[in-house]
Amino acid sequence: MHETMVAQSLMAIIAEQAAKNNAKPVAAKISCGMLNPVNDEVLRFAFEAIAKDTPCEGVKLQVEHKPIRARCKNCEANFDIELSLPECPKCGGADFELMPDASLILEEIEFQTESHNEKN
Amino acid sequence: MKKIDIGKKILTENEKFALENLLFFAKKKKLCLNIISSPGSGKTTILTRTINELKDKIKIGVIEGDIQTDIDAKRIRATDAPVVQINTEGSCHLSAAQISDALKQLPVDDLDLILIENVGNLVCPSAFDLGESGKIVVLSVPEGDDKPAKYPAIFARSKVLLINKIDLLDGGQVDFDIERAKADARKLNKAIEIFPISARRGDGMANWYDWLVKSVEKSAE
Repeated sequence: MHETMVAQSLMAIIAEQAAKNNAKPVAAKISCGMLNPVNDEVLRFAFEAIAKDTPCEGVKLQVEHKPIRARCKNCEANFDIELSLPECPKCGGADFELMPDASLILEEIEFQTESHNEKN
Repeated sequence: MKKIDIGKKILTENEKFALENLLFFAKKKKLCLNIISSPGSGKTTILTRTINELKDKIKIGVIEGDIQTDIDAKRIRATDAPVVQINTEGSCHLSAAQISDALKQLPVDDLDLILIENVGNLVCPSAFDLGESGKIVVLSVPEGDDKPAKYPAIFARSKVLLINKIDLLDGGQVDFDIERAKADARKLNKAIEIFPISARRGDGMANWYDWLVKSVEKSAE
């Protein structure tokens, strides 16, 4: 349900970049940690709704969910946590420290190139 | 097509206010806890009982988050504790900016502890840091012992899990395996403190109070 706020924040950055590059944005890739409760479909729906009649209309969103990283307290290995079986893949230890979940990040924006003014 | 790498954080606005709040609490040496749970798990009852029974030990102020109404704020006000009500008007979580505003209306210098009662929701509030010193998650037994496994984010990030309404286990009307809930919560969070309580009847509240008073003392050092 909080995806609207994410969509607004996302659209502001895309619009800013579009104006700076003087190009029409067509797609954007974002990433976030697995523990971040962003639902892809809800985010797309919210984005579509607020982007209507703006330069961001029609931008396709791709969301990558990054695994949760952890450090084993027994053998100090760093690893990706399997939520179904949270243990160290190296020593089987179950005592580990969770790393901070990856932030919500706008990774890249794709622009249409047939724009007459193509400066980067 | 032309691709441009951005690598920019989204929701930085919330993070900015959260950092400000965090620094505010650190400077004032106050403890601030963000209480998160599903609707109806007993957050407000836990708060009112805690405020009343710790009256002589610590001074507590409350920020109440609800989508609508000041029903909860009225219940808190009846304890004489200072309270600020935030109505989110439909939003499913509190934001750090709202907390920053609410703090201006609380007599923070006279308080030892600020408790934030977030909007009843086990999902979204976990994604929004408010600048709190820690999160407290409440799970009431009628909700089921599978919730830590099904909603891992909030249990992974909380300092304390309060398993509330354990008085309902007495008659055998509610099936809830406390050990299963504890084990699932600890899978992702070894350090989480777990206190089974009944805020209505008072069972187990002393353990929660001990933790709370110790944490307040630590923040004041």
